[in-house]
Amino acid sequence: MKKKWNVKLEVLGLLLAILWLAPFYLMFVNSFKSKKEIFMDTISPPENWSFDNYITAFEELDFMQTLFNSLLITVISVVLIIIFSAMAAYALSRAKSKLSTVLFFTFVAAMLIPFQSVMIPLVTVFGKFEMLNRGGLIFMYIGFGASLSIFLYHGALNNIPRSLDEAATIDGANRFQVFWYIIFPILKPITVTVAILNIIWIWNDYLLPSLVINTPGSETIPLKMFFFFGEYTKQWHLALAGLTLAIIPVIIFYFFAQREIIKGVSDGAVK
Amino acid sequence: MRTKDLSYWLFLAPVLLALTLVVVVPMLLGVYYSFTTWNGIDTGEFVGFQNYIDLFKDQRFLDSLWFTTKFSIVSVILINVIGLSLALLVTGRVRSSKLLRTTFFMPNLIGGLILGFIWQFIFIKVFASVGEIIGMEGLQGWLSTTNTGFWGLVILMSWQMAGYIMVIYIAYLEGMPKELLEASEIDGASPFQRFRYVVFPLVAPAFTVSMFLTLSNTFKLYDQNLSLTAGGPYNSTEMVAMEIFKTAFAQNAFAYAQAKAVIFFVIVALIALVQVYLNKRKEVEM
Repeated sequence: MKKKWNVKLEVLGLLLAILWLAPFYLMFVNSFKSKKEIFMDTISPPENWSFDNYITAFEELDFMQTLFNSLLITVISVVLIIIFSAMAAYALSRAKSKLSTVLFFTFVAAMLIPFQSVMIPLVTVFGKFEMLNRGGLIFMYIGFGASLSIFLYHGALNNIPRSLDEAATIDGANRFQVFWYIIFPILKPITVTVAILNIIWIWNDYLLPSLVINTPGSETIPLKMFFFFGEYTKQWHLALAGLTLAIIPVIIFYFFAQREIIKGVSDGAVK
Repeated sequence: MRTKDLSYWLFLAPVLLALTLVVVVPMLLGVYYSFTTWNGIDTGEFVGFQNYIDLFKDQRFLDSLWFTTKFSIVSVILINVIGLSLALLVTGRVRSSKLLRTTFFMPNLIGGLILGFIWQFIFIKVFASVGEIIGMEGLQGWLSTTNTGFWGLVILMSWQMAGYIMVIYIAYLEGMPKELLEASEIDGASPFQRFRYVVFPLVAPAFTVSMFLTLSNTFKLYDQNLSLTAGGPYNSTEMVAMEIFKTAFAQNAFAYAQAKAVIFFVIVALIALVQVYLNKRKEVEM
Protein backbone atom coordinates (compact mmCIF):
# COMPACT_ATOMS: atom_id res chain seq x y z
CA MET A 1 0.00 0.00 0.00
CA LYS A 2 2.66 2.42 1.07
CA LYS A 3 4.95 1.42 -1.79
CA LYS A 4 2.26 2.02 -4.39
CA TRP A 5 1.72 5.51 -3.02
CA ASN A 6 5.42 6.27 -3.44
CA VAL A 7 5.45 5.20 -7.07
CA LYS A 8 2.49 7.44 -7.76
CA LEU A 9 4.30 10.41 -6.19
CA GLU A 10 7.42 9.60 -8.13
CA VAL A 11 5.54 9.55 -11.44
CA LEU A 12 3.66 12.72 -10.59
CA GLY A 13 6.93 14.45 -9.74
CA LEU A 14 8.60 13.42 -12.97
CA LEU A 15 5.58 14.48 -15.04
CA LEU A 16 5.63 17.88 -13.37
CA ALA A 17 9.37 18.15 -13.99
CA ILE A 18 8.80 17.48 -17.69
CA LEU A 19 6.07 20.12 -17.73
CA TRP A 20 8.45 22.55 -15.98
CA LEU A 21 11.19 21.95 -18.52
CA ALA A 22 8.91 22.06 -21.56
CA PRO A 23 9.50 25.80 -22.24
CA PHE A 24 13.26 25.19 -22.35
CA TYR A 25 12.80 22.17 -24.61
CA LEU A 26 10.66 24.21 -27.00
CA MET A 27 13.17 27.05 -27.02
CA PHE A 28 16.04 24.65 -27.64
CA VAL A 29 14.62 22.53 -30.46
CA ASN A 30 13.18 25.48 -32.34
CA SER A 31 16.46 27.39 -32.14
CA PHE A 32 17.89 24.90 -34.65
CA LYS A 33 15.05 25.20 -37.15
CA SER A 34 14.67 27.46 -40.14
CA LYS A 35 12.01 30.15 -40.21
CA LYS A 36 9.90 27.94 -42.45
CA GLU A 37 10.28 24.87 -40.26
CA ILE A 38 9.10 26.78 -37.18
CA PHE A 39 6.05 27.87 -39.14
CA MET A 40 5.26 24.23 -40.01
CA ASP A 41 5.88 22.53 -36.66
CA THR A 42 6.99 23.80 -33.25
CA ILE A 43 6.89 20.54 -31.29
CA SER A 44 9.14 18.00 -33.02
CA PRO A 45 12.93 18.12 -32.95
CA PRO A 46 14.46 19.74 -36.06
CA GLU A 47 15.03 17.67 -39.19
CA ASN A 48 18.68 18.54 -39.24
CA TRP A 49 20.54 20.23 -36.41
CA SER A 50 21.98 23.25 -38.16
CA PHE A 51 24.04 25.82 -36.25
CA ASP A 52 23.35 28.62 -38.74
CA ASN A 53 21.00 30.47 -36.37
CA TYR A 54 23.59 30.33 -33.63
CA ILE A 55 26.35 31.70 -35.82
CA THR A 56 24.19 34.66 -36.82
CA ALA A 57 22.88 35.28 -33.29
CA PHE A 58 26.40 35.02 -31.83
CA GLU A 59 27.61 37.76 -34.15
CA GLU A 60 24.55 39.97 -33.88
CA LEU A 61 24.65 39.84 -30.09
CA ASP A 62 28.42 40.47 -30.08
CA PHE A 63 28.17 37.62 -27.61
CA MET A 64 31.69 37.44 -26.15
CA GLN A 65 31.77 41.19 -25.47
CA THR A 66 28.25 41.16 -23.98
CA LEU A 67 29.04 38.18 -21.79
CA PHE A 68 32.23 39.88 -20.62
CA ASN A 69 30.28 43.08 -19.78
CA SER A 70 27.77 41.13 -17.70
CA LEU A 71 30.53 39.24 -15.90
CA LEU A 72 32.53 42.39 -15.22
CA ILE A 73 29.63 44.35 -13.78
CA THR A 74 28.25 41.45 -11.73
CA VAL A 75 31.59 40.36 -10.27
CA ILE A 76 32.80 43.85 -9.30
CA SER A 77 29.41 44.84 -7.85
CA VAL A 78 29.02 41.66 -5.81
CA VAL A 79 32.58 41.76 -4.44
CA LEU A 80 32.15 45.38 -3.37
CA ILE A 81 28.71 44.71 -1.87
CA ILE A 82 30.20 41.85 0.19
CA ILE A 83 33.17 43.86 1.47
CA PHE A 84 31.29 47.07 2.27
CA SER A 85 28.13 45.46 3.69
CA ALA A 86 30.06 43.09 5.93
CA MET A 87 32.12 46.02 7.26
CA ALA A 88 29.05 48.17 7.85
CA ALA A 89 27.16 45.36 9.54
CA TYR A 90 30.18 44.70 11.76
CA ALA A 91 30.28 48.31 12.93
CA LEU A 92 26.53 48.34 13.54
CA SER A 93 26.56 45.08 15.48
CA ARG A 94 29.61 45.90 17.62
CA ALA A 95 28.85 49.52 18.53
CA LYS A 96 25.48 49.15 20.19
CA SER A 97 23.84 52.54 20.52
CA LYS A 98 20.78 54.49 19.46
CA LEU A 99 22.64 55.72 16.41
CA SER A 100 23.45 52.18 15.29
CA THR A 101 19.84 51.13 15.72
CA VAL A 102 18.59 54.10 13.69
CA LEU A 103 21.12 53.45 10.91
CA PHE A 104 20.30 49.74 10.84
CA PHE A 105 16.59 50.42 10.51
CA THR A 106 17.22 52.99 7.80
CA PHE A 107 19.08 50.37 5.79
CA VAL A 108 16.34 47.81 6.32
CA ALA A 109 13.52 50.26 5.59
CA ALA A 110 15.15 51.12 2.26
CA MET A 111 14.14 47.61 1.13
CA LEU A 112 10.53 48.77 1.07
CA ILE A 113 11.18 51.42 -1.58
CA PRO A 114 10.33 50.13 -5.06
CA PHE A 115 12.92 50.99 -7.68
CA GLN A 116 10.39 52.94 -9.76
CA SER A 117 9.96 55.43 -6.91
CA VAL A 118 13.55 56.62 -7.06
CA MET A 119 14.28 55.82 -10.70
CA ILE A 120 13.57 59.19 -12.34
CA PRO A 121 15.47 61.49 -9.92
CA LEU A 122 18.29 58.94 -9.70
CA VAL A 123 18.86 59.00 -13.44
CA THR A 124 18.62 62.78 -13.74
CA VAL A 125 20.98 63.41 -10.79
CA PHE A 126 23.57 60.89 -11.96
CA GLY A 127 23.19 62.27 -15.48
CA LYS A 128 24.16 65.74 -14.27
CA PHE A 129 27.41 64.40 -12.84
CA GLU A 130 28.23 62.37 -15.99
CA MET A 131 27.85 59.17 -14.01
CA LEU A 132 25.59 57.28 -16.42
CA ASN A 133 28.20 54.63 -17.20
CA ARG A 134 29.47 51.32 -15.87
CA GLY A 135 31.15 52.91 -12.84
CA GLY A 136 27.91 54.66 -11.93
CA LEU A 137 25.97 51.43 -12.42
CA ILE A 138 28.24 49.52 -10.03
CA PHE A 139 27.91 52.30 -7.45
CA MET A 140 24.11 52.09 -7.76
CA TYR A 141 24.20 48.32 -7.28
CA ILE A 142 26.09 48.85 -4.01
CA GLY A 143 23.36 51.22 -2.83
CA PHE A 144 20.51 48.92 -3.81
CA GLY A 145 22.23 45.71 -2.72
CA ALA A 146 23.42 46.96 0.66
CA SER A 147 20.09 46.70 2.51
CA LEU A 148 19.47 42.97 2.32
CA SER A 149 23.19 42.19 2.62
CA ILE A 150 23.60 44.27 5.79
CA PHE A 151 20.45 42.70 7.20
CA LEU A 152 21.83 39.18 6.66
CA TYR A 153 25.34 39.99 7.90
CA HIS A 154 23.95 41.78 10.96
CA GLY A 155 21.99 38.70 11.98
CA ALA A 156 25.04 36.46 11.61
CA LEU A 157 27.34 38.88 13.45
CA ASN A 158 25.08 39.07 16.48
CA ASN A 159 25.71 35.35 16.95
CA ILE A 160 29.50 35.75 17.02
CA PRO A 161 30.64 36.34 20.63
CA ARG A 162 32.36 39.65 21.30
CA SER A 163 34.93 37.88 23.47
CA LEU A 164 36.53 36.82 20.20
CA ASP A 165 37.04 40.46 19.20
CA GLU A 166 38.33 41.29 22.66
CA ALA A 167 40.83 38.43 22.72
CA ALA A 168 42.23 39.55 19.37
CA THR A 169 42.41 43.16 20.53
CA ILE A 170 44.37 42.13 23.61
CA ASP A 171 46.78 40.28 21.32
CA GLY A 172 47.44 43.65 19.67
CA ALA A 173 45.22 43.57 16.57
CA ASN A 174 43.54 46.77 15.43
CA ARG A 175 39.90 47.01 14.30
CA PHE A 176 40.62 46.25 10.67
CA GLN A 177 42.80 43.28 11.52
CA VAL A 178 40.21 41.88 13.92
CA PHE A 179 37.56 42.18 11.24
CA TRP A 180 39.55 40.82 8.30
CA TYR A 181 41.51 38.04 9.98
CA ILE A 182 39.14 36.85 12.70
CA ILE A 183 35.55 37.81 11.93
CA PHE A 184 35.25 37.84 8.13
CA PRO A 185 36.45 34.20 7.74
CA ILE A 186 33.81 33.08 10.27
CA LEU A 187 31.16 34.81 8.15
CA LYS A 188 31.89 32.61 5.14
CA PRO A 189 28.54 30.74 5.06
CA ILE A 190 26.53 33.96 5.11
CA THR A 191 28.91 35.49 2.55
CA VAL A 192 27.99 32.66 0.17
CA THR A 193 24.29 33.47 0.70
CA VAL A 194 24.83 37.19 0.19
CA ALA A 195 26.89 36.53 -2.94
CA ILE A 196 24.30 34.22 -4.49
CA LEU A 197 21.32 36.48 -3.82
CA ASN A 198 23.13 39.47 -5.29
CA ILE A 199 24.52 37.57 -8.29
CA ILE A 200 21.02 36.43 -9.28
CA TRP A 201 19.42 39.87 -9.34
CA ILE A 202 22.36 41.85 -10.70
CA TRP A 203 23.07 39.36 -13.49
CA ASN A 204 19.43 39.43 -14.58
CA ASP A 205 18.67 43.10 -13.99
CA TYR A 206 17.33 44.87 -17.04
CA LEU A 207 15.71 48.17 -16.05
CA LEU A 208 18.66 49.83 -14.30
CA PRO A 209 21.26 49.09 -17.02
CA SER A 210 18.73 50.18 -19.64
CA LEU A 211 18.63 53.61 -17.98
CA VAL A 212 22.33 53.91 -17.17
CA ILE A 213 24.29 52.25 -19.99
CA ASN A 214 24.21 54.32 -23.15
CA THR A 215 27.43 53.46 -24.93
CA PRO A 216 27.29 50.73 -27.58
CA GLY A 217 29.60 47.87 -26.69
CA SER A 218 29.10 48.01 -22.93
CA GLU A 219 25.63 46.43 -22.81
CA THR A 220 24.88 43.52 -20.48
CA ILE A 221 23.10 40.35 -21.64
CA PRO A 222 19.50 41.35 -20.75
CA LEU A 223 20.01 44.76 -22.32
CA LYS A 224 21.38 43.35 -25.57
CA MET A 225 18.60 40.76 -25.60
CA PHE A 226 16.06 43.54 -25.72
CA PHE A 227 17.72 45.39 -28.61
CA PHE A 228 18.09 42.08 -30.38
CA PHE A 229 14.39 41.39 -30.01
CA GLY A 230 13.37 44.80 -31.27
CA GLU A 231 15.06 43.96 -34.55
CA TYR A 232 14.02 40.31 -34.71
CA THR A 233 10.44 40.25 -33.46
CA LYS A 234 9.33 38.21 -36.44
CA GLN A 235 12.55 36.20 -36.79
CA TRP A 236 11.94 33.62 -34.09
CA HIS A 237 14.63 31.20 -35.31
CA LEU A 238 17.37 33.77 -34.61
CA ALA A 239 15.74 35.08 -31.47
CA LEU A 240 15.51 31.61 -29.93
CA ALA A 241 19.16 30.90 -30.71
CA GLY A 242 20.00 34.20 -28.96
CA LEU A 243 17.91 33.27 -25.92
CA THR A 244 19.58 29.87 -25.70
CA LEU A 245 23.01 31.53 -25.85
CA ALA A 246 22.00 33.91 -23.07
CA ILE A 247 20.87 31.06 -20.84
CA ILE A 248 23.92 28.79 -21.29
CA PRO A 249 26.18 30.67 -18.79
CA VAL A 250 23.44 30.50 -16.14
CA ILE A 251 22.91 26.78 -16.67
CA ILE A 252 26.65 26.16 -16.29
CA PHE A 253 26.70 28.21 -13.07
CA TYR A 254 23.65 26.33 -11.77
CA PHE A 255 25.21 22.97 -12.63
CA PHE A 256 28.27 23.67 -10.50
CA ALA A 257 26.70 25.55 -7.61
CA GLN A 258 23.16 24.21 -7.33
CA ARG A 259 23.52 23.13 -3.71
CA GLU A 260 24.85 26.48 -2.58
CA ILE A 261 22.30 28.36 -4.67
CA ILE A 262 19.25 26.60 -3.25
CA LYS A 263 20.67 26.74 0.27
CA GLY A 264 21.55 30.42 -0.16
CA VAL A 265 18.07 31.33 -1.32
CA SER A 266 16.41 29.45 1.52
CA ASP A 267 18.77 30.92 4.15
CA GLY A 268 18.20 34.40 2.74
CA ALA A 269 14.44 34.06 3.00
CA VAL A 270 14.28 32.31 6.34
CA LYS A 271 16.58 34.59 8.34
CA MET B 1 33.92 49.74 18.94
CA ARG B 2 32.05 52.91 19.84
CA THR B 3 30.05 55.24 17.63
CA LYS B 4 32.51 58.08 18.19
CA ASP B 5 35.48 56.00 17.03
CA LEU B 6 36.92 56.91 13.65
CA SER B 7 36.92 53.22 12.69
CA TYR B 8 33.12 53.05 13.15
CA TRP B 9 32.65 55.72 10.51
CA LEU B 10 35.30 54.26 8.22
CA PHE B 11 33.52 50.90 8.28
CA LEU B 12 30.18 52.52 7.51
CA ALA B 13 31.27 55.19 5.02
CA PRO B 14 31.06 53.29 1.69
CA VAL B 15 27.52 51.94 2.14
CA LEU B 16 26.28 55.12 3.81
CA LEU B 17 27.50 57.13 0.84
CA ALA B 18 26.01 54.71 -1.69
CA LEU B 19 22.64 54.38 0.05
CA THR B 20 22.38 58.14 0.54
CA LEU B 21 23.14 59.02 -3.08
CA VAL B 22 21.23 56.15 -4.66
CA VAL B 23 18.15 55.81 -2.45
CA VAL B 24 17.75 58.58 0.16
CA VAL B 25 18.51 61.68 -1.95
CA PRO B 26 16.52 60.50 -5.01
CA MET B 27 13.58 59.58 -2.77
CA LEU B 28 13.52 63.01 -1.06
CA LEU B 29 14.09 64.85 -4.34
CA GLY B 30 11.39 62.71 -5.93
CA VAL B 31 8.83 63.66 -3.31
CA TYR B 32 9.73 67.33 -3.77
CA TYR B 33 9.59 67.14 -7.59
CA SER B 34 6.17 65.51 -7.45
CA PHE B 35 4.78 68.85 -6.23
CA THR B 36 6.28 70.81 -9.12
CA THR B 37 6.24 70.95 -12.93
CA TRP B 38 9.75 69.47 -13.10
CA ASN B 39 10.76 68.36 -16.61
CA GLY B 40 13.94 66.50 -15.77
CA ILE B 41 16.11 69.60 -16.15
CA ASP B 42 14.33 72.60 -14.63
CA THR B 43 12.50 72.29 -11.35
CA GLY B 44 9.70 74.43 -12.77
CA GLU B 45 7.11 75.92 -10.48
CA PHE B 46 5.49 74.62 -7.33
CA VAL B 47 1.97 73.33 -8.05
CA GLY B 48 1.04 71.75 -4.73
CA PHE B 49 -1.07 68.64 -5.02
CA GLN B 50 -2.05 69.21 -8.67
CA ASN B 51 -0.14 66.15 -9.97
CA TYR B 52 -1.74 63.98 -7.31
CA ILE B 53 -5.22 65.27 -8.11
CA ASP B 54 -4.62 64.58 -11.80
CA LEU B 55 -3.48 61.02 -11.32
CA PHE B 56 -6.67 60.02 -9.58
CA LYS B 57 -8.55 61.11 -12.72
CA ASP B 58 -6.10 59.41 -15.04
CA GLN B 59 -7.98 56.40 -16.46
CA ARG B 60 -4.87 54.75 -17.85
CA PHE B 61 -3.11 54.91 -14.47
CA LEU B 62 -6.17 53.63 -12.60
CA ASP B 63 -6.58 50.80 -15.11
CA SER B 64 -2.97 49.76 -14.67
CA LEU B 65 -3.40 49.86 -10.89
CA TRP B 66 -6.49 47.67 -11.10
CA PHE B 67 -4.83 45.27 -13.54
CA THR B 68 -1.81 44.98 -11.23
CA THR B 69 -4.04 44.32 -8.22
CA LYS B 70 -5.99 41.57 -9.99
CA PHE B 71 -2.78 40.05 -11.28
CA SER B 72 -1.17 40.11 -7.82
CA ILE B 73 -4.12 38.51 -6.03
CA VAL B 74 -4.47 35.65 -8.54
CA SER B 75 -0.69 35.11 -8.76
CA VAL B 76 -0.06 35.17 -5.01
CA ILE B 77 -2.71 32.50 -4.43
CA LEU B 78 -1.54 30.29 -7.30
CA ILE B 79 2.17 30.65 -6.53
CA ASN B 80 1.68 29.76 -2.88
CA VAL B 81 -0.62 26.81 -3.57
CA ILE B 82 1.70 25.41 -6.24
CA GLY B 83 4.84 26.20 -4.23
CA LEU B 84 3.55 24.48 -1.10
CA SER B 85 2.33 21.48 -3.13
CA LEU B 86 5.73 21.12 -4.78
CA ALA B 87 7.42 21.38 -1.38
CA LEU B 88 5.19 18.65 0.07
CA LEU B 89 5.89 16.51 -2.98
CA VAL B 90 9.68 16.75 -2.84
CA THR B 91 9.88 16.36 0.95
CA GLY B 92 7.74 13.22 0.70
CA ARG B 93 9.08 9.77 -0.01
CA VAL B 94 10.37 10.34 -3.53
CA ARG B 95 13.77 9.21 -4.74
CA SER B 96 14.17 11.89 -7.38
CA SER B 97 13.70 14.62 -4.76
CA LYS B 98 17.00 16.40 -5.45
CA LEU B 99 16.51 16.39 -9.19
CA LEU B 100 12.97 17.71 -8.81
CA ARG B 101 14.05 20.59 -6.54
CA THR B 102 16.74 21.59 -9.01
CA THR B 103 14.26 21.50 -11.87
CA PHE B 104 11.45 23.46 -10.22
CA PHE B 105 13.84 26.15 -9.02
CA MET B 106 15.61 26.63 -12.34
CA PRO B 107 13.48 29.40 -13.91
CA ASN B 108 14.39 31.74 -11.02
CA LEU B 109 17.99 31.95 -12.11
CA ILE B 110 17.08 33.23 -15.55
CA GLY B 111 16.02 36.84 -15.79
CA GLY B 112 12.38 37.80 -16.14
CA LEU B 113 13.04 39.51 -19.46
CA ILE B 114 14.40 36.32 -21.04
CA LEU B 115 11.64 34.15 -19.54
CA GLY B 116 9.06 36.54 -20.95
CA PHE B 117 10.49 36.18 -24.46
CA ILE B 118 10.53 32.38 -24.21
CA TRP B 119 6.89 32.34 -23.16
CA GLN B 120 5.95 34.85 -25.83
CA PHE B 121 7.17 32.28 -28.34
CA ILE B 122 5.18 29.52 -26.62
CA PHE B 123 1.95 31.48 -26.35
CA ILE B 124 2.07 32.84 -29.88
CA LYS B 125 3.71 30.10 -31.94
CA VAL B 126 3.46 26.83 -29.99
CA PHE B 127 -0.10 27.41 -28.76
CA ALA B 128 -1.17 28.23 -32.30
CA SER B 129 0.31 25.08 -33.78
CA VAL B 130 -1.00 22.88 -30.96
CA GLY B 131 -4.41 24.49 -31.41
CA GLU B 132 -4.30 23.64 -35.09
CA ILE B 133 -3.45 20.01 -34.42
CA ILE B 134 -6.09 19.39 -31.77
CA GLY B 135 -8.60 21.76 -33.39
CA MET B 136 -8.98 24.21 -30.50
CA GLU B 137 -9.50 27.71 -31.78
CA GLY B 138 -9.14 29.20 -28.32
CA LEU B 139 -5.41 28.61 -28.53
CA GLN B 140 -5.00 30.97 -31.51
CA GLY B 141 -3.96 34.56 -31.01
CA TRP B 142 -2.84 34.29 -27.40
CA LEU B 143 -1.61 37.56 -25.88
CA SER B 144 -3.66 39.45 -28.45
CA THR B 145 -6.56 39.97 -26.04
CA THR B 146 -6.60 41.48 -22.56
CA ASN B 147 -7.86 38.26 -21.05
CA THR B 148 -5.28 35.91 -22.57
CA GLY B 149 -2.59 38.48 -21.84
CA PHE B 150 -3.62 38.46 -18.19
CA TRP B 151 -3.52 34.67 -17.95
CA GLY B 152 -0.30 34.59 -19.93
CA LEU B 153 1.32 36.77 -17.29
CA VAL B 154 -0.16 34.67 -14.48
CA ILE B 155 1.12 31.42 -16.03
CA LEU B 156 4.58 32.86 -16.60
CA MET B 157 4.84 34.22 -13.08
CA SER B 158 3.49 31.06 -11.40
CA TRP B 159 5.82 28.83 -13.40
CA GLN B 160 8.78 31.05 -12.48
CA MET B 161 8.14 31.78 -8.82
CA ALA B 162 6.57 28.57 -7.53
CA GLY B 163 10.02 26.98 -7.34
CA TYR B 164 11.37 29.87 -5.28
CA ILE B 165 8.48 29.65 -2.84
CA MET B 166 8.90 25.86 -2.77
CA VAL B 167 12.45 26.32 -1.45
CA ILE B 168 11.16 28.48 1.41
CA TYR B 169 8.45 25.99 2.37
CA ILE B 170 10.99 23.15 2.20
CA ALA B 171 13.18 24.93 4.75
CA TYR B 172 10.29 25.02 7.23
CA LEU B 173 9.01 21.53 6.42
CA GLU B 174 12.45 20.03 6.99
CA GLY B 175 12.90 21.95 10.22
CA MET B 176 9.67 20.44 11.53
CA PRO B 177 10.08 17.97 14.42
CA LYS B 178 9.62 14.45 12.99
CA GLU B 179 8.19 13.09 16.27
CA LEU B 180 5.05 15.17 15.84
CA LEU B 181 4.27 13.64 12.47
CA GLU B 182 5.06 10.13 13.64
CA ALA B 183 2.92 10.56 16.74
CA SER B 184 -0.05 11.73 14.69
CA GLU B 185 0.43 8.84 12.28
CA ILE B 186 0.37 6.34 15.17
CA ASP B 187 -2.73 8.05 16.52
CA GLY B 188 -4.38 7.24 13.21
CA ALA B 189 -4.62 10.68 11.60
CA SER B 190 -5.33 10.66 7.86
CA PRO B 191 -2.85 12.39 5.52
CA PHE B 192 -5.29 15.29 5.22
CA GLN B 193 -5.70 15.58 8.99
CA ARG B 194 -1.94 15.44 9.45
CA PHE B 195 -1.54 18.28 6.97
CA ARG B 196 -4.36 20.38 8.40
CA TYR B 197 -3.57 20.02 12.11
CA VAL B 198 0.16 19.32 12.28
CA VAL B 199 2.00 20.49 9.17
CA PHE B 200 0.01 23.60 8.35
CA PRO B 201 0.34 25.40 11.71
CA LEU B 202 4.06 24.65 11.71
CA VAL B 203 4.68 26.13 8.27
CA ALA B 204 2.62 29.25 8.99
CA PRO B 205 5.76 31.41 9.42
CA ALA B 206 6.89 30.30 5.94
CA PHE B 207 3.59 31.64 4.67
CA THR B 208 4.42 35.11 6.06
CA VAL B 209 7.76 35.17 4.26
CA SER B 210 6.52 33.74 0.97
CA MET B 211 3.47 35.94 0.88
CA PHE B 212 5.64 39.00 1.44
CA LEU B 213 7.96 37.97 -1.38
CA THR B 214 5.21 37.03 -3.85
CA LEU B 215 3.16 40.15 -3.14
CA SER B 216 6.02 42.58 -3.52
CA ASN B 217 7.40 40.78 -6.58
CA THR B 218 4.09 40.60 -8.40
CA PHE B 219 3.14 44.16 -7.54
CA LYS B 220 6.45 45.56 -8.78
CA LEU B 221 6.59 43.37 -11.89
CA TYR B 222 8.22 45.04 -14.89
CA ASP B 223 10.58 42.84 -16.94
CA GLN B 224 8.14 40.00 -17.59
CA ASN B 225 5.41 42.49 -18.42
CA LEU B 226 7.67 44.24 -20.92
CA SER B 227 8.90 41.14 -22.73
CA LEU B 228 5.68 39.11 -22.71
CA THR B 229 3.01 41.61 -23.75
CA ALA B 230 4.74 45.01 -23.66
CA GLY B 231 1.46 46.24 -22.20
CA GLY B 232 -0.56 45.40 -25.30
CA PRO B 233 -3.13 45.18 -26.74
CA TYR B 234 -3.87 48.92 -26.38
CA ASN B 235 -2.10 49.23 -23.00
CA SER B 236 -4.67 46.89 -21.46
CA THR B 237 -2.05 44.61 -19.84
CA GLU B 238 0.11 47.48 -18.67
CA MET B 239 1.08 47.18 -15.02
CA VAL B 240 1.87 50.11 -12.71
CA ALA B 241 5.66 49.87 -13.01
CA MET B 242 5.46 50.05 -16.78
CA GLU B 243 2.86 52.81 -16.76
CA ILE B 244 5.12 54.98 -14.60
CA PHE B 245 8.08 54.31 -16.87
CA LYS B 246 6.11 55.28 -19.97
CA THR B 247 4.70 58.42 -18.38
CA ALA B 248 8.23 59.58 -17.64
CA PHE B 249 10.28 58.49 -20.61
CA ALA B 250 7.75 58.15 -23.44
CA GLN B 251 5.59 61.19 -22.60
CA ASN B 252 8.31 63.22 -20.87
CA ALA B 253 5.97 64.08 -18.01
CA PHE B 254 8.62 63.75 -15.30
CA ALA B 255 6.95 65.47 -12.35
CA TYR B 256 3.65 63.74 -13.05
CA ALA B 257 5.33 60.33 -13.36
CA GLN B 258 7.14 61.04 -10.10
CA ALA B 259 3.84 61.71 -8.33
CA LYS B 260 2.66 58.30 -9.55
CA ALA B 261 5.92 56.79 -8.31
CA VAL B 262 5.35 58.28 -4.83
CA ILE B 263 1.82 56.83 -4.74
CA PHE B 264 3.30 53.53 -5.90
CA PHE B 265 5.75 53.60 -2.99
CA VAL B 266 2.97 54.32 -0.50
CA ILE B 267 0.90 51.41 -1.83
CA VAL B 268 3.82 48.95 -1.81
CA ALA B 269 4.89 49.99 1.70
CA LEU B 270 1.30 49.74 3.00
CA ILE B 271 0.74 46.30 1.47
CA ALA B 272 4.01 45.04 2.91
CA LEU B 273 3.42 46.38 6.42
CA VAL B 274 -0.24 45.36 6.66
CA GLN B 275 0.52 41.90 5.29
CA VAL B 276 3.37 41.20 7.69
CA TYR B 277 1.35 42.59 10.60
CA LEU B 278 -1.70 40.42 9.84
CA ASN B 279 0.31 37.27 9.27
CA LYS B 280 2.38 37.79 12.41
CA ARG B 281 -0.76 38.17 14.46
CA LYS B 282 -2.12 34.96 13.02
CA GLU B 283 1.07 33.09 13.84
CA VAL B 284 0.80 33.98 17.50
CA GLU B 285 -2.76 32.66 17.67
CA MET B 286 -1.58 29.29 16.41
